[in-house]
Amino acid sequence: MALTIGVPRETLAGEKRVATVPEVVEKLIKLGFKVAVESGAGDAANCSDDSYRAVGADVIVGAPALWAASDIVFKVGVPTTEDVGHLREGGTLIGFIWPAQNPELMQQLAAKKATVLAIDSLPRMLSRAQKMDALTSQAGVAGYRAVIEAANAFGRFFNGQITAAGKVPPAKVFIAGAGVAGLAAIGTAASLGAIVRANDTRAEVADQVVSLGGEFVKVDYEEEGSGGGGYAKVMSEGFQQAQREMYAKQAREVDIIITTALIPGKPAPRLITAEMVQSMKPGSVIVDMAAERGGNCELTEPGQAVVKHGVTIVGYTDLTSRLAKQSSTLYASNLFRLTEELCKTKDGIIDVNMYDEAIRGLTVIKEGNITWPPPAPKLVAAPPAAKAAAAAPAQKKSGGHGKASEPASATSTAVTFGVAALVFWFVGANAPTAFLAHFTVFVLACFVGYMVVWNVTPALHTPLMSVTNAISSIIAIGALVQVGPEGWIRWLAVAGIALTAVNMFGGFAVTQRMLAMFRK
Amino acid sequence: MSGNLATVSYIGATILFILSLGGLSSPVSSRRGNLYGMIGMTIAVLATVFGPRVTMAGLPWIIGAMVVGGSIGLYAARTVQMTQMPELVALMHSLVGLAACLVGFANYIDPAAAAGLTEAEKHIHEIEIYIGIFIGAITFSGSIIAFGKLSGKIGGNPMLLPARHWLNLAGLLVVIYFGREFLHAASVAEGMTPLIVMTVIALLFGIHMVMAIGGADMPVVVSMLNSYSGWAAAATGFMLSNDLLIVTGALVGSSGAILSYIMCQAMNRHFISVIAGGFGTTSGATPVAGAAPAGEVVPILSAETAELLSEAKNVIIVPGYGMAVAQAQHTVFEITRHLREKGVNVRFGIHPVAGRMPGHMNVLLAEAKVPYDIVFEMDELNDDFPQTDVAIVIGANDIVNPAAQDDPTSPIAGMPVLEVWKAKTSIVMKRSMASGYAGVDNPLFYKENNRMLFGDAKKMLDEVLVVLKS
Repeated sequence: MALTIGVPRETLAGEKRVATVPEVVEKLIKLGFKVAVESGAGDAANCSDDSYRAVGADVIVGAPALWAASDIVFKVGVPTTEDVGHLREGGTLIGFIWPAQNPELMQQLAAKKATVLAIDSLPRMLSRAQKMDALTSQAGVAGYRAVIEAANAFGRFFNGQITAAGKVPPAKVFIAGAGVAGLAAIGTAASLGAIVRANDTRAEVADQVVSLGGEFVKVDYEEEGSGGGGYAKVMSEGFQQAQREMYAKQAREVDIIITTALIPGKPAPRLITAEMVQSMKPGSVIVDMAAERGGNCELTEPGQAVVKHGVTIVGYTDLTSRLAKQSSTLYASNLFRLTEELCKTKDGIIDVNMYDEAIRGLTVIKEGNITWPPPAPKLVAAPPAAKAAAAAPAQKKSGGHGKASEPASATSTAVTFGVAALVFWFVGANAPTAFLAHFTVFVLACFVGYMVVWNVTPALHTPLMSVTNAISSIIAIGALVQVGPEGWIRWLAVAGIALTAVNMFGGFAVTQRMLAMFRK
Repeated sequence: MSGNLATVSYIGATILFILSLGGLSSPVSSRRGNLYGMIGMTIAVLATVFGPRVTMAGLPWIIGAMVVGGSIGLYAARTVQMTQMPELVALMHSLVGLAACLVGFANYIDPAAAAGLTEAEKHIHEIEIYIGIFIGAITFSGSIIAFGKLSGKIGGNPMLLPARHWLNLAGLLVVIYFGREFLHAASVAEGMTPLIVMTVIALLFGIHMVMAIGGADMPVVVSMLNSYSGWAAAATGFMLSNDLLIVTGALVGSSGAILSYIMCQAMNRHFISVIAGGFGTTSGATPVAGAAPAGEVVPILSAETAELLSEAKNVIIVPGYGMAVAQAQHTVFEITRHLREKGVNVRFGIHPVAGRMPGHMNVLLAEAKVPYDIVFEMDELNDDFPQTDVAIVIGANDIVNPAAQDDPTSPIAGMPVLEVWKAKTSIVMKRSMASGYAGVDNPLFYKENNRMLFGDAKKMLDEVLVVLKS
């Protein structure tokens, strides 16, 4: 039986987004689901009840009735106690949960025997999870909106212009933090014509900044700031000192600062001090995208736009809601992609497959059991990224040969060495000297072969086999030295020579024929 | 020629052999590498023939045998089809194995070989003979079976005897027991019985081992037998106290071992489990409940394929064993040339285990005159599929199966695959909807952007070419 996906109206004050839009409802219905939408859910995002009805969704009045009718609930904002009260026993809930910050909510949901997929807990390093990454899509919207808010509060053009009356210089924008939001802000500001500079503690994003038309400002201090999982980590004191100096310098020079710096599970780092704000030109703008988590600027007032020391400091915490239609559409697409993953059979029934790494990460409660945090992901992308860059060419070289260059675990190395030592001890203790000389040659030759053959390009593996075939006809020597005596031995030897001669001539000839075919 | 001179010549030959393998690191240097190999072999043979241990009386015999064997070899090398390379290589492995056996027996019979050895040395010598013949016999019979399977004379399905692992173990114990008997034999005639019994067991062992391995595991088997033929040569070298044989055998042996390793990696399987055999049958009636991919298979005609191709900017062709079977590589090249003349970027993506032996596809494409700089390894172009307009899969299945990445319960989960489904359109040429050798259904066929072109690859591609040219 097809399940019903319910979309309630968001209850949080100022939340204008809605968890699905009519375009996506159509696709969900194609997957076999029924869709129910609470009356008025999409109003703030320009999606009327009628537009939902037109694509086949049921519109239900009142939250209790909607929640009661839904097997699966799509939400944007973190559910309130009231929401949880409405949730059906054993129902499924998909949306932002932030399990680390909301332990009580988790307990309440678990008590309801619910299955909860927290879109914020998606393992973002999985490439196939990107299509479901709502954090990214929402951060992109926020980054765009931050530039628009800055432009709104700023009293001048962004782009430089030559007018009849004289020249207007372009605005200078500095963006702190080049994550998803930061990069979106860089792109938006650059396309408005401003001079854009950006900084991030993770040096590897410099190329991305440049590709969007920004300029990467380095902190004059050596330290790598990648904290894994695509986030930054807390930096050392020396680094922070150098960083402060760089920010102070930028504050004196630029017209607009947009800060996006967040560290998971910690208050936002203080990047812009009151003195820096004072040093800015009057009429400058700061948009603090980290306002909700305390703000990157000392003078930010969350949720407000204030003017201090002649500088407008925008601390809105609802940037995505201020672009509700866009953010809702993107969020709805993310949830649709997730639903696709959950419903591979396209029959309107979801399967929360805990062996799927992406879904395992998302699922914070499974049928009333708290399953958060998930076990460490198997696919930790080659640890710190700077080293990954160095490792990449090496991996490339070994190509399809896979794990050859990976260090083996300590135990297996120890076992290998132990066994080898035993073998060598046995040989050394028992074999006569003459044998040992040959044994030395043999072991060394194995290593030479190992080194040489790894260098062979995979395209020539067939010629490699035929040429090794030809070379192994060297066994002819064994037959040649025994031709002499009469009788059985001679016949065995002659047969041996004839057999190896087939290989010797045939092997080299066919290799030659093959190699002659390889051309540019 | 003195003994020392012969030894020095052997060192020269050794170096030339190493250079020969080293030359294969790129197609440019490979021909010179092959030449080094030939020179090395010539030096080694001449140094032996004119060396202290061969008398002039034996010369006519040697020349006669060389001429007979050599002409057979040259004839085979000239006439073999490139699609039959795996068979030829397997057959040649069997010859090395057989030769190793013959040399071993001859050496055992020859009273001069063991003359002047101390007791310990004699034992070592006999162990060497025993092991040399053992490896040689396995190589011989295993390669013959591999040849039969590759040429279709024997069915490709794994043949599984009940309790086959115990059979193998019992065989091994018997071999060890007779090895003891052999060492304690007082005379050559007395030692002959255990030696022959062991040879027979080794032959059966080789047959049994390869019979249990399925058709598409052949790349592993062929490279493994390649390795064995090397170890057989090395064992012969120990037996004859000849360093050249030891070095060459070790080179060939490690080469084959590395190739086997690469092939196993490319299938994400353990070497042991390939050798143990029976893939796709022992793991039971696999496809787990609900694994049958949902969706529709969209067939396409050759005319539409041609249209898609002529509108594309980037094309990647993924050939598989099916292309070799249909002998379609020449038509593939014609299409490639036509498209490249029109400015389309055509490339080939080769999976390490495509075909029946390592590098098989590369050789076929080279034969069809496809320039090697547009033929890429899987890792080199797997990231480019999203920017590709059309990806054509010719007679391949498991190596493009997205289930390897998406479905952890799939028998081929974790095997690296070419991500053709990321291209804007993928076209799969197949004779029918039958599943690949792994017996796994392929969700690729049901993807929205995938089209199926059913029919014989050569015939279909000929039609595509005709439409393209018109």
